[in-house]
Amino acid sequence: MSTVAQQAPAPPRRKKRKASRRIGSAGPVTYIILGLVLLISIFPLYWSLVVASHDNSAVAAYPPVLTPGSQLWHNISRLFNSGEVNVDFWKALINSAIVASTVTVAVVFFSSLAGFAFAKLHFRGRNALFLLVIATILVPVQLGVIPLYIEMVHFGWVNHLQAVIAPNLVTAFGVFLMRQYIAQSVPDELIDAAKVDGCYTLGVFWHVVLPAVRPVAAVLGLLTFMTTWNDFFWPLVVLGPRNPTVQVATSTLASGYVQDYALVLTGTFVSILPLLIVFLVLGRQIVSGIMKGAVKG
Amino acid sequence: MSERTAVQSSVGAAPARRRIGVRGRLHRVDAKASPYLYIAPFFLLFLVFGLFPLGYTAWVSMTDRTLLDPHAHFVGLANYSALLHDSYFWNAVENTLGIWVIATIPQLLIALGLATLLNTGLHARTFFRMGVLLPQVTSLVAVALIFTQLFSRDYGFINYMLHFVGIHKVDWEAGRLSSWIALSVMVTWRWAGYNALIYLAAMQGIPDELYEAAAIDGAGAWKQFIHVTIPQLRNTIIFTVIISTIGGLQLFTEPYLFQPLKQGGTGGSARQYQTVVMYLYEKGFGSTQFKFGYAAAIGWSLFLLIAVISAVNLFIVRRIRTSEA
Repeated sequence: MSTVAQQAPAPPRRKKRKASRRIGSAGPVTYIILGLVLLISIFPLYWSLVVASHDNSAVAAYPPVLTPGSQLWHNISRLFNSGEVNVDFWKALINSAIVASTVTVAVVFFSSLAGFAFAKLHFRGRNALFLLVIATILVPVQLGVIPLYIEMVHFGWVNHLQAVIAPNLVTAFGVFLMRQYIAQSVPDELIDAAKVDGCYTLGVFWHVVLPAVRPVAAVLGLLTFMTTWNDFFWPLVVLGPRNPTVQVATSTLASGYVQDYALVLTGTFVSILPLLIVFLVLGRQIVSGIMKGAVKG
Repeated sequence: MSERTAVQSSVGAAPARRRIGVRGRLHRVDAKASPYLYIAPFFLLFLVFGLFPLGYTAWVSMTDRTLLDPHAHFVGLANYSALLHDSYFWNAVENTLGIWVIATIPQLLIALGLATLLNTGLHARTFFRMGVLLPQVTSLVAVALIFTQLFSRDYGFINYMLHFVGIHKVDWEAGRLSSWIALSVMVTWRWAGYNALIYLAAMQGIPDELYEAAAIDGAGAWKQFIHVTIPQLRNTIIFTVIISTIGGLQLFTEPYLFQPLKQGGTGGSARQYQTVVMYLYEKGFGSTQFKFGYAAAIGWSLFLLIAVISAVNLFIVRRIRTSEA
């Protein structure tokens, strides 16, 4: 935010670092504490892998087994074997992929469009309407679940994927993020030039704004994909175990008559694996996206 | 203006001129109307799938509607007065508030501490930031299922660790306070790092001069933290407290999956950790009752509760500046 202003007083020794205030320096204690925090962050995920790679007798071992075993493939094949589990895990994965991709594309598109209008177009009530968008973040819409369900019954969408897609096609956070980015990084001159060339506003959006927002669109897309992939309450209510998303399917695994921990945590592990891979590859962008969204005007 | 009259006055005007006129008018209409068109999707979707259901909840809550019988009768405030005398509801409110308090306060304090550590001159900064954010990537369902196993009485890893310090076989799920603690550990694990990054972003916006001035006044690291960092983070703290309130009071997934074999949403055999949203789910969808009117009354009551508690929080946190600066 104010990094430019802080460059001058920064001592020359640290010139390569971004000039931001650091209270004290990072001593060994800092690294030890952060190392422990990382351990705590990673351990539950590692644990799910450990349980998923053993059979159930290892779950009941005492002291607990702490290293991965050799049963991971066996457990995964059990997971996808419809004869052995109470839910179609393949279908769940495909459903989640469809829902999350559709929602992601829509959120990025509609948020860019609205963000462009709020950042660069002049119209009556612009500021008030933008404040209204922000205010909707504070409305706990989840509590309207009963009428929303009644709505879905009317539309005939219960147990269909559009029931979890349609309510999420655009988010206030997305509009906010896009407006901030477009206001800062798309120059007015570029937009005026396109207008002089005879572009309608939609043409300006398509040819000037969309190419310019690619970096932040990627971040918004990632965050949206994760949120949608992880959503549970509403899919549980409106979809149910017959046509589940991956979260509903995983929770259904845990509701079997016999507690099959190895299978449950195999499902859990498989359900987080796609996001884990995305996170390992693009974690830097995700971190920057969350921090960008946090710095608000 | 002249263009327009020219086009209007002579139907047989040169085609080229006419096109310019129409285009000019189209551009004007475009400039006036299209902004509203571009923001319309957000407002339309919010109206249809957010605001309308929430408002309609108020109406449904005054009927005896069920899923199977959509021809509801207006019953006035009967659902609410029943709710006031419903001990399960008050139990759920108590659980929700209890879990929320012991989950939110440590979580935000840990986040502040983490942000301070991350704000030092670290090597491998991105690595550490990603590390603290990792739990946030994990779905609520995964968190709940993994921790349920970690907290299990006989073979759970947490009880195994605790036996080294002389604590034996805690039945986390069975006790009231113990189940609250287990659930708040899940919430804290998932959210502390995320909030830390939000605080970190805000800390990096604090001007150096404030710290230099404090240092000249003889303030050490701790006093700088209390007198500079905290007041400067005031708005961010308000933001995180409000968001944690809204999210925390709607807690559902972790307690719902804490006892996986019985997913009716009762929150333990003695309802020791049933939250309000779980109770809403139980009445609306979980059992075979499908009491939509009653469930809607629960939803609307929780909405009021969230509004009141957010306002109280706002009032408390706003005092940061007046008392500290």
